[in-house]
Amino acid sequence: MKKLPVSKIQELFAAIRAQQTLYIPTDDASGQARYLPWQEGMELTHALNTVRSAKDFFFPQTENLVEFKLKGKEIEIIDSRTEQDDFVIFGVRACDARSFTILDKVFLIDPIDTYYKNRREHGTVVTLACTQPEETCFCTTFGIDPADPEGDAACWIAGDSLYLKARTEKGEKLLSALDNLLADADEGEIAAQQKATRDIAQKLPFAKLNLAGFNGENLNKLFDSKKWPELSEACLGCGTCTFVCPTCQCYDIRDFDTGHGVKRFRCWDSCMYSDFTLMAHGNSRNSQVERFRQRFMHKLVYFPANNEGEYGCVGCGRCLAKCPISMNIVKVAKALEGEVQ
Amino acid sequence: MMQETLIPKLGVVTDIRIDTPDVKTFRVVGLDGKKVFDHMPGQCAMLSIPGVGEAMFSITSSPTNTEFMEFSIKKCGCLTNWLHAMDVGQQITIRGPYGRPFPVETELKGKNLFFIAGGIGLAPLRSVINYVRDNRQNYGKIKILYGSRSKQDLVDYHEILDEWMADDNVEVYLTIDRPQDDWDGHVGFVPNYVKEIDLDLDYNVLVCGPPVMIKFTLANLKELGFQETQVYTTMELRMKCGVGKCGRCNIGNKYVCKDGPVFRFDELDQLPNEY
Repeated sequence: MKKLPVSKIQELFAAIRAQQTLYIPTDDASGQARYLPWQEGMELTHALNTVRSAKDFFFPQTENLVEFKLKGKEIEIIDSRTEQDDFVIFGVRACDARSFTILDKVFLIDPIDTYYKNRREHGTVVTLACTQPEETCFCTTFGIDPADPEGDAACWIAGDSLYLKARTEKGEKLLSALDNLLADADEGEIAAQQKATRDIAQKLPFAKLNLAGFNGENLNKLFDSKKWPELSEACLGCGTCTFVCPTCQCYDIRDFDTGHGVKRFRCWDSCMYSDFTLMAHGNSRNSQVERFRQRFMHKLVYFPANNEGEYGCVGCGRCLAKCPISMNIVKVAKALEGEVQ
Repeated sequence: MMQETLIPKLGVVTDIRIDTPDVKTFRVVGLDGKKVFDHMPGQCAMLSIPGVGEAMFSITSSPTNTEFMEFSIKKCGCLTNWLHAMDVGQQITIRGPYGRPFPVETELKGKNLFFIAGGIGLAPLRSVINYVRDNRQNYGKIKILYGSRSKQDLVDYHEILDEWMADDNVEVYLTIDRPQDDWDGHVGFVPNYVKEIDLDLDYNVLVCGPPVMIKFTLANLKELGFQETQVYTTMELRMKCGVGKCGRCNIGNKYVCKDGPVFRFDELDQLPNEY
């Protein structure tokens, strides 16, 4: 483990920036916390987490896939991908760090999504341990330790020091390049702060969300629950939950006529939208009840059924904070608890 | 760079056959004149006209056809309207093959096979039928029941008459929904006709057609004594990626594009009824 005085964090950022693009969570002009490319003087936000998740770095909201030129009956296919530059994301929370490994289980299984893989390979994730988990946080439900985040390297801010620990080869490489700024530290120096964080996390209202029985075995029982109409009744179908969600990965592929050719791009899509499953001959999920059910069944039942019990949720709490009708995965899980226990 | 599954290949349409008032069969090869890729019966491909759209279609031709692929496509939406309006020589984009095929080399090998199709539902089954006919020694008896709204709506009618019905090793039963002057064959709906055919219970059944036809056909097959484990179908839901990542074609935890489109009914029975 290494450390440096927190007062020298700008020097650390500058040293990283000298090698590659660095993104940090900072307050933008409107006061919202978001990841921006670091420039001299840019400070870390005081907000616990960014409004949008960090999935954009690897799975951007829109990206071009391929281009076409059309001439009469002829088509030319142009692979317009360019090499991705190396980049560092600093200050990723434990929940968002876990979301990357969940997205990996979608995009890096055969056939590999090379767009995602390319970004993933060039990005170094530096996490930052939480010290003040909030009431909407429930990462511990999913076995995530906010005081000991994953990532290529992990950081802790304790007292006057920033502690850093490499966890992967990429993390080692990053820290060794910063070695002249860093002093050796002992893991014991962050133990008290870790304990304090864990104590807070344990006492949070949703820390002990009970998901026993939310697995493939009870798939049909949960799907057939009579609670879905009531739970989804007020859902506006706005899709906000899916857009702020760090693990929502559904996408659309569309063509855009540029006037000189056609760009085929993909963009985030939402299972909450009526045209998500619309076909020429009908729609397999015609009502908002069915679309609402799909989202929660996917996260709490289908994904774990296909991924050795891992849920498609990291407990970041963004959907709790952002849903206009205050419906969320915690309420759904609690309402369905009785169906399987 | 690695081959990306979302980047298609080019194909060219070398023949367009008008099958019915709303179905055409398109012959597609690569720009080099050869097949763009190999497939197994029941697998699908993503066809696209850039700027119009991209959609999943079952590959109608048999893998034993080494020269070209065929797609029988019903005009029913934006992309299919465009495809129906194009001329021979048009280039299209194609990617695939996608999905789990009919288990012609495993579960179905050596078995008696009963094919039941309705309307455009013949498209995916034609691939299996011709594969099985070309590998005739590997399978038992073959019966084909095909029905449509009218005589004019029978897809591949000439292939059925000239090849399947002329084949002594294949029994073909055709039906249309309502009587018409130039038809002296069977009249009636497919599910009802199933019960009129002399059939042993040792057949494996492959059924494809409109959902309502499949529903009543399955019910009647069960009434006759068939088990769900003997009956296969092929599903169709909205797809974008074709590889189980874009998230829309799922039935429960299964993706139709990747885990299907071919399912046995006992497999479907374990999934939510959302299709």
